[in-house]
Amino acid sequence: MSPSADNEHAPLLVERRYFTFAEPPKQMQLDCGAHLGPITLAYETLGELNADRSNAILILHAFSGDSHVAGRLSIDDERPGWWDNMVGPGKPVDTSRYFVICSNILGGCSGSTGPSSIDLATGKPYGLHFPMVTIKDMVRAQKHLIDHLGISTLMALIGGSVGGMQVLRWCADFPEMVGSAIPMATTTRHSAQAIAFNEVARQAIMADPAWNNGDYYGGIGPAHGLAVARMIGHVTYLSDEAMREKFGRRLHRNALSFDFTGDFQVESYLHHQGKKFVNRFDANSLLYITKAADYFDLERGGNQLINEALANVPFLIISFTSDWLYPTYQSRDIVSALKKNGSDVSFCEIEAQGGHDAFLLPNRRLDGLVSGFLDRVYHDRCL
Amino acid sequence: MRFDLQVIASWIEPGSRVLDLGCGNGDLLYYLKHHKQVIGTGIEFSEEKAARCIERGLTVLQGDFRHEVKDYPKGRFDVVVLSQTLQQIQDPKELLIDLLWIGRRVIVSFPNFGHWSARLQLLFTGMAPVNDQLPYEWYNTPNIRVITIKDFKRFLHLFGLRIVREVAINTHHHEFKGNIIRTLKNLRATYGIMMLERVT
Repeated sequence: MSPSADNEHAPLLVERRYFTFAEPPKQMQLDCGAHLGPITLAYETLGELNADRSNAILILHAFSGDSHVAGRLSIDDERPGWWDNMVGPGKPVDTSRYFVICSNILGGCSGSTGPSSIDLATGKPYGLHFPMVTIKDMVRAQKHLIDHLGISTLMALIGGSVGGMQVLRWCADFPEMVGSAIPMATTTRHSAQAIAFNEVARQAIMADPAWNNGDYYGGIGPAHGLAVARMIGHVTYLSDEAMREKFGRRLHRNALSFDFTGDFQVESYLHHQGKKFVNRFDANSLLYITKAADYFDLERGGNQLINEALANVPFLIISFTSDWLYPTYQSRDIVSALKKNGSDVSFCEIEAQGGHDAFLLPNRRLDGLVSGFLDRVYHDRCL
Repeated sequence: MRFDLQVIASWIEPGSRVLDLGCGNGDLLYYLKHHKQVIGTGIEFSEEKAARCIERGLTVLQGDFRHEVKDYPKGRFDVVVLSQTLQQIQDPKELLIDLLWIGRRVIVSFPNFGHWSARLQLLFTGMAPVNDQLPYEWYNTPNIRVITIKDFKRFLHLFGLRIVREVAINTHHHEFKGNIIRTLKNLRATYGIMMLERVT
């Protein structure tokens, strides 16, 4: 259990832990056919697991997230976790009541095994020798962690975007372990448009000479390509409305420069986001994870959400009006499939101008939906 | 709770599976869940109201119920409730057939256009009736179907739908109080409530 200080003055402290499994020769088989091991997952937990182990909530992070979902890693940590407005004592995912687990995905670069990890066979970082991983593989690895923690049923799984894909993958692959699920701002399969943006992001990295076919770990790496990839990502996470409101055509200097150094506030915002990202993310991880998201398809060979085993699982599906990356019709497709099982499905399309990123922003409606739904599930399952 | 909903609630068996179309803030579902252990689902068009329901711990889908009723398997619900909405439906016959597919029984409540006040208004003023139950002008009313209790019964007979239970009530639009009308229903009742089932 993580140490927690939940009075108002002291920050909520969390600790990053590591779980290693699939040691050779018991490596984990991946969808692509390759075997991978050992695998390490970085994870953090908040709150206390109750005596009958029924109050665990697994939070699945989006593509560039990490295990640090909420709280602070040390007293002088400047920034809290990525969903600190949602998770913590007294917050919608109330850690004074629930035991929250969040792990960094397989293929990531924040403590879990990914292309920047050392390949024991060579003693060097995997780079492009890292096998292609899928959302299913990420979930398979998470299942090892949940088994390791001694939890047989998760009270709830919550995730937005690529995290939502993992929630749905859990539902399709391990329905007996799913107590309830909240997939938000997500889809059962990428649209051509979503794949297109990912491919442009990947090309930006691969076109940077410093990428060097993924073998750059001794040097500076494809900083420019990665920054451009992030800039493209950011455009897809915002919305026309949000950008108009936030930047309009405002300049970040007094007059037009008549050169290419950047005039508009939106440009300097994207440059800033790109630069910031380079310091914390691995370019190869971006290639692998975007590919996994593109490959994700729960409808190939029949809709995998249509499954009798999900008939008794309560779902809360959430979309956002201004999300054009995973528009509402894609959430409605999830609802439609789950209804066929007779599942208990709630759905709300939240009016929000934040675009795809709206699920990460403070939003009272979102808070109310999540806390109301979890409260019901908690009373039905844990009391 | 609205008087017509109180009547509807009294007809629902404990523990049954109920779908409430246009469930608003979820008052009926909340009551049924906590007093009759009903397993309920609501469909509500308004984001705000749907969200309010989910916050209250109810199962509710935000959307247009005309589309949302499509995906449920046959007999998913014991009872489907359509309260004060029938008069706004483009294709009432198709809707009722869909509802009797996903539900064993359907309870409908609708404002009775045959009430004496509506008849008198038309007779004496020569203008389309506007009253508490039907508070709209012809050009802004969502009530595109003008139904009386008598009309509706004729309709059910024509399309082979059976009435299991019925009551006529006199109440105002959002009133919690009302009374049951036993004689001259089509003249004296402001609302009709009927429980239907398919004649198999």
